[in-house]
Amino acid sequence: MSDTIAIPAGATPASRTRFGSNSGQPMTRRDGVLKVTGAATFAADNHPEGLLHAVYAAATISRGRVTSLNVDAARAHPGVVEVLTPENRPPLALDPDTKPYPFAFLIEVLQDDTVRYAGQPIALVVAETLEAATEAARLLSPTYDAAPARVGLDAVEPYDPEAVGVGSPPTTEKGDIEAGLSAASQRVDARYETPGQYHNAMEPHAIVASWDGDRLTLDTPNQAIVMSTGSFAAWFGIPAENVTIRSPFLGGGFGSKAIIVGPQILAILAAKMLGRPVKLALRREQMYGPVGHRGATRQDFRIGIDGDGRLTALDHLTTAATSTFEDFIEPASNASHDLYATPALSSRHKAVRLDIGTPGPMRAPGEASGSAALESAIDEAALAAGLDPLEFRLRNYAETDPASGKPFSAKALRECYAEGAERFGWSKRPLEPRQMRDEAGRLVGWGMGTALFPAPMFQAKATATLRADGTALVETAGADMGQGAWTALHQIAADGLGLDIDSVEFHSGHSGLPDGGIAGGSGHTATAGSALHAAGTDVIAKLADLATNDENSPLFGAGNVGVEAQDGRLYRADDPGRSESYGDILARAGLSEIEGAGQGGRDPASAEERAMFSHGAVFAEVKVDPDLGQIRVSRLVGAFAAGRIINPRLATSQLYGGMIWGIGFALHEEAVHDRRSGRIMNANLAEYHVPVNADVPTMDVILVDEHDPYVNALGIKGVGEIGITGTVGAIANAIWHATGVRVRRFPIGLADLIDGASAH
Amino acid sequence: MNLFDYFRPASLAEAVAAGSQPGSAYLGAGTNLLDLMKGGVLAPSRLVDLTHLPDLNRIEQLADGSTRIGALVKNAALAHDPDFARAYPAVAEALLSGASAQLRNAATVGSNLMQRTRCAYFTDPASACNKRQPGSGCDAIGGENRAHAVLGWSDHCIAVHPSDFCVALTALGALVEIEGPTGRREVAMTDFYLLPGDTPEKETVLEAGEMIVAVRLPPEAAAFAGHQRYLKVRERTSYAFALASAAAALKIENGLIVEARLALGGVATKPWRTQAAEAVLVGATPGKEAFENAAEAAFAEAKPSGENAYKIALGRRVVTRALMMAAAGTPKRMPALPASPFASETGANAHV
Amino acid sequence: MNLSMTLTINGERRDIVLDDPRVTLLDLLRERLHLTGAKKGCDRGQCGACTILVDGQRINSCLALAVSYDGAAITTIEGLAENGTLHPVQQAFIDHDGFQCGFCTPGQIMSAVGLIAEAQAMGDPERIREAMSGNICRCGAYQGITEAVLDAQARLAGSKAETAA
Repeated sequence: MSDTIAIPAGATPASRTRFGSNSGQPMTRRDGVLKVTGAATFAADNHPEGLLHAVYAAATISRGRVTSLNVDAARAHPGVVEVLTPENRPPLALDPDTKPYPFAFLIEVLQDDTVRYAGQPIALVVAETLEAATEAARLLSPTYDAAPARVGLDAVEPYDPEAVGVGSPPTTEKGDIEAGLSAASQRVDARYETPGQYHNAMEPHAIVASWDGDRLTLDTPNQAIVMSTGSFAAWFGIPAENVTIRSPFLGGGFGSKAIIVGPQILAILAAKMLGRPVKLALRREQMYGPVGHRGATRQDFRIGIDGDGRLTALDHLTTAATSTFEDFIEPASNASHDLYATPALSSRHKAVRLDIGTPGPMRAPGEASGSAALESAIDEAALAAGLDPLEFRLRNYAETDPASGKPFSAKALRECYAEGAERFGWSKRPLEPRQMRDEAGRLVGWGMGTALFPAPMFQAKATATLRADGTALVETAGADMGQGAWTALHQIAADGLGLDIDSVEFHSGHSGLPDGGIAGGSGHTATAGSALHAAGTDVIAKLADLATNDENSPLFGAGNVGVEAQDGRLYRADDPGRSESYGDILARAGLSEIEGAGQGGRDPASAEERAMFSHGAVFAEVKVDPDLGQIRVSRLVGAFAAGRIINPRLATSQLYGGMIWGIGFALHEEAVHDRRSGRIMNANLAEYHVPVNADVPTMDVILVDEHDPYVNALGIKGVGEIGITGTVGAIANAIWHATGVRVRRFPIGLADLIDGASAH
Repeated sequence: MNLFDYFRPASLAEAVAAGSQPGSAYLGAGTNLLDLMKGGVLAPSRLVDLTHLPDLNRIEQLADGSTRIGALVKNAALAHDPDFARAYPAVAEALLSGASAQLRNAATVGSNLMQRTRCAYFTDPASACNKRQPGSGCDAIGGENRAHAVLGWSDHCIAVHPSDFCVALTALGALVEIEGPTGRREVAMTDFYLLPGDTPEKETVLEAGEMIVAVRLPPEAAAFAGHQRYLKVRERTSYAFALASAAAALKIENGLIVEARLALGGVATKPWRTQAAEAVLVGATPGKEAFENAAEAAFAEAKPSGENAYKIALGRRVVTRALMMAAAGTPKRMPALPASPFASETGANAHV
Repeated sequence: MNLSMTLTINGERRDIVLDDPRVTLLDLLRERLHLTGAKKGCDRGQCGACTILVDGQRINSCLALAVSYDGAAITTIEGLAENGTLHPVQQAFIDHDGFQCGFCTPGQIMSAVGLIAEAQAMGDPERIREAMSGNICRCGAYQGITEAVLDAQARLAGSKAETAA
């Protein structure tokens, strides 16, 4: 594929490699040179000939109708080519108010004058320059017929959702909660709240759409490239194969680039209407509306503890915000399913319909918010039981999955606790709060949290082609949004072929390649990696067939004992002295190449039998100014067991990243709505705070050995999301330990810690 | 951003002539002006680019012991000027606690003084704001106002002045040199900014066409170099505006405070010098008791403008702490985290 | 209204005619000169992804009106490597995994180059964290970034010492 990105050869020493020798190596990123030189091309970096710029106008009310748009003023602005409104918007092949395909979200594509949330696109301006399009969008000066906004979890009565997250049941019950609570010697009843949070990938969503007849080429960041060709195609009534998506790099995704969003469709529509390529990049403030967010939650716990510090009941009720027109219910209560052993477990969800953009999956959906609250509540329970928080967690260690009763495929959580606690120095922690000060008199607190995230797999395909010169090409339409797919998948692919990584060319990030599945759910490396590995072993099997059936090969007749692929050669399994290079085998067979194919996906039987999770333990130290309340995380240690780690350097970085999201969740991130207009008043990076470098102390990640024979043949789980879980609770618990103040509303700020605070 | 005419004057006189015409705005670095134009908050029809004017980018020691800072001096250049930082350490510390290194490299002294509020209702053209559109009302009142003013606000405006630099300048009694159609004049910082009253759109004493050409620190300001600090409390460790800040400067002789300067940021509608608190300090023994009394005095007139009563308690503690820090003496080296409660001169958090 | 201006971009003098006074340095580089290394993350001076060097100083190019910078010398990420050899800061970012998605990376690297030239942080990681706080990395590569700046600073100091010797 000529327009895929070629990854340059790395600096990996071409030492004699053994099967499996690429995986496990802490290689630097294969796309590193591209990224540090500015040569890595993100969607908005493209400039096809004749490009037009599109900017949409966004609603400034949260509910009602647009009554007028000054289209004349916009059209009169120099450079403006077209203004799309509900009045002239060309037809689409799908009805945006009907679910077009499973897991699609209803979107706003100028179907009518209704406003459902602030930030909704209400018109699109296309112009010769970005400056003209931007100003003309402003000149539209909409007027509205506005109805009162409903924002905040108390704005409307809750309802019982049919499903939570992506199709999960809203309620799970095991045992008798009321009996468990009655039998308890201690009770913790606590209410926690988490606000709406926004992905804020550094790369705002962008698209460059080019039509050639009924063929469509899109440069747009996408976490599920091949699947999305069908989704985009459906909107325009063309076959999926007519759509090409180029998404070599995503400037962060975190769940927000896995689904089709309205602005993308509008840009494609404009390109079709005008017969010229159109670029649309969201402005930062537009990232707080049509592209999803982590929905706000209120979480009510009822926890019973017996005299030995063991749970008698765990009841977790979440009330989550969703939009008025679509369901995405943050499945926060499900975080209580799989962590602590209890005879009675209940997880329930309610939802409220608000005048907000539809929430969606955001890094560790459900688990992040649920873990933040659960790990805080468990800390309260440990206090009630008079136990050290780690001891309390060990007493309630789940040997089998609490919700399903299934055995775990592997669970090295005990080791995570032990190694993390050792590295952190947890044993020196005083039980009581407000016991520690630093040299400057600041309050110091230590807290911990358990980390957990499911280890799912999806479906993926890959191909491998071994070439006459002994090098190979592997292909899968995977997505690198920073997690390191270009590197980790390449490492796995090289191992599948028994080749050094520099002998393997890796193509990805393009929809013309075999379906690499979705980069999400922390399942991409496992899924696409399994496909790539299988494609490689398919090639090796064919190669082995050729050699062992060829009288002229030193491997002739080795079919029964088998051969091993290693460093570009096949070896007789029982006699390493007999071997032949891939190139020689191909040459003798008169073949210029051998192709193989592979698929990745979970063995259904294994999935039925076992509960599959990554685990971890996070330990946090915070410092709090005793008078001013300002908080700083001074130390974080995370120990994680996530099966086989393909690239420790990159996995560590991903875990750091997740833990930093934990800092943001605990201390910074909150979308603040004006209660009257419903508008988000801090829809920017100056006031919606995400952690900056100075917020991040030295962190320590421990990769705990874990062999998981059931998750997949390679033993791979994922590390993309687990880092945020555990961390939020650890920080909140450390703040309690520093100050003695238990704050049950995130983010925790200095106003919560100032005596007599009236805010919050 | 609206279309505008761009004009680059060759002289101050040309600049003032152009700037006096209706619809004109002066362009310094543009870090605030362009931001507001992009947000549709401001839409000047002409930008008069001051950045190429000669002679406005100098830091001068005047014969009388004052220091004169040209309006085009970059924030970073000023903060890192060794002589300046030695003489006015709290000003340097305040500068370095503001924005980011990139913004400090671009933003000028004059622009910093002209910086507009960060009130979200001011920067959101869909909200009512008397400052942006006189007479339209104030949506911050009754809105999301946890960060708003507890001092100096009116029923027409409760927005906080965002600058750190100006707080330190105000404490040290800086003067603003102004050039305009009627010539040159100078105004004390304390008089330069106006209270919102019922005309919050009028933020400074500048008349049409007037521009800042320099800021001057008077001779007496240099006497506080040994005991001055700026302290800034924020919601993240860096790159955030102040929830409450204070610039404190003391002259201590024979164990007694003989002169004190104190100004507040993040809590008031303008950089807030509090002479009542200064008076409490004069003659007192430096220590927590005197400083708490001063903090009481500083916030005696404070009242919540919304859900921000915590800022009064917080502000008092910031004052007390800033005075403690000033009394302890100016650190030899700029702290690693300037103005932060987590500042440590030696980088104690240095465990990479 | 056409505005003529001259910029020296990565060592090359460019005469530029702007048909629109509103163009920022960032949009000039990205949309008109197709130097897309500098990124637009917020367009409002709040993220640092657009950081470039102007006359050796790091600034946010999104809040810089292009025409106002007439006569300036600009260095972008594209101009950092010399003759195909990575700048020590670039190499250090790779070695210390100072990035993940790569979107903020050009800005981080230009900021780091500016920071090292400012010579304020020296070997103190806390000062580096503070001085790099104008560059937001949502992936959370801060640890690697801090390590990379420290390492690059040391490498540059070392090569300077060598040259002097």
